[in-house]
Amino acid sequence: MVYDLIIIGAGPAGITASVYAARNRLNFLVVTKDIGGQTAWSGDVENYTGYQFITGPDLAAKFEEHMRKYGIAVKENVEAVDIKKAGKTFLINTDKGEYEARAVIIASGKISKELGVPGEKEFKNRGLTYCATCDGPLFSGKDVAVVGGGNSALDAVLQLMKIARRVYVININPRLGGDAVMRDKIEAGSTVTVLNNSQVTSVIGDKMVTGIKIKRGDKEELLSVQGVFVEIGLVPNSGFAKKVDKNAYGEIKVNCKNETNVAGIFAAGDVTDVPEKQIVIAAGEGSKAALAAFRYINQNR
Amino acid sequence: MAKKVTVYSTPTCPFCIRAKQFLKESNIQFADIDVSEDQNKAQEMIERSGQMGVPVIDIEGEIIVGFDKEKLKEALGI
Repeated sequence: MVYDLIIIGAGPAGITASVYAARNRLNFLVVTKDIGGQTAWSGDVENYTGYQFITGPDLAAKFEEHMRKYGIAVKENVEAVDIKKAGKTFLINTDKGEYEARAVIIASGKISKELGVPGEKEFKNRGLTYCATCDGPLFSGKDVAVVGGGNSALDAVLQLMKIARRVYVININPRLGGDAVMRDKIEAGSTVTVLNNSQVTSVIGDKMVTGIKIKRGDKEELLSVQGVFVEIGLVPNSGFAKKVDKNAYGEIKVNCKNETNVAGIFAAGDVTDVPEKQIVIAAGEGSKAALAAFRYINQNR
Repeated sequence: MAKKVTVYSTPTCPFCIRAKQFLKESNIQFADIDVSEDQNKAQEMIERSGQMGVPVIDIEGEIIVGFDKEKLKEALGI
């Protein structure tokens, strides 16, 4: 079956696009790794219009409810692998099969940046994690390392300080970044050791993580830890869109109509080079992309 | 006979919330274990699944790590 439209991703951008696509009666499908995207991982949200206060998971649930109201077809747990042009349509290759559509909206957001060191893949979920909020409670009374020095790293440290026995902060820069309020709390904590100018070179262990090797200046050290929390930021999830132009950060370049350099492929939200990454902006961009795709589909029928 | 289902999770992980939502919507009864509150259960989860990520869902001895709707449906026979 050839769909009018495939939307890749179901964060605020993808879900809003799907609501607009449904209201325009397009024959479409949403393929996505998860529902809610980064919103589902967010703490408190106080700047999404209409909600003076809502938690990230609650807002994500509201988004999903809105999508379900229209009976939108969603394939969850699906990762896009490639998009190919095939005459007048696109073939969207995923890890769960291939889909064909006249137009595509890429709203695949951002994903955690990996360390890129030996042992990282091997020990993922075996002591190494990218979600302190999810997996932190499993490290009660243990020694852990948080890798990173920005706000997300500091946030993880603040959570782990209450749970773990000792928290090492492996920061590549000469001093911690992030908000001063969080930094102060961390520096006052008696269970936290901040290692500046430090870099993880490998993750080691047997069944589970037993330690990390770090480079401080030109010295190599072994740190004995049972948990490693990687919090070094996010990268756009755009690797599968090989023919689409991106900027130096890997963000998909779009114009003000959410068009990419490939006619028929649109993009919206945090995966694009639109400045400011906000839930409300991603949602707005998603609606724009759906309306632009609707026009494109009608003109090319 | 309904299968015995146990969900090991933390209150703050989105995939745990979704997994439990899915089970509820499917009218599947399950034991809900908060591993952030119970260290012994956390250890049990780690030993049984061989890993430390949540959620872990035990369906009559079959261990499923993460929220994978298709796998869950298959294991539950729904």
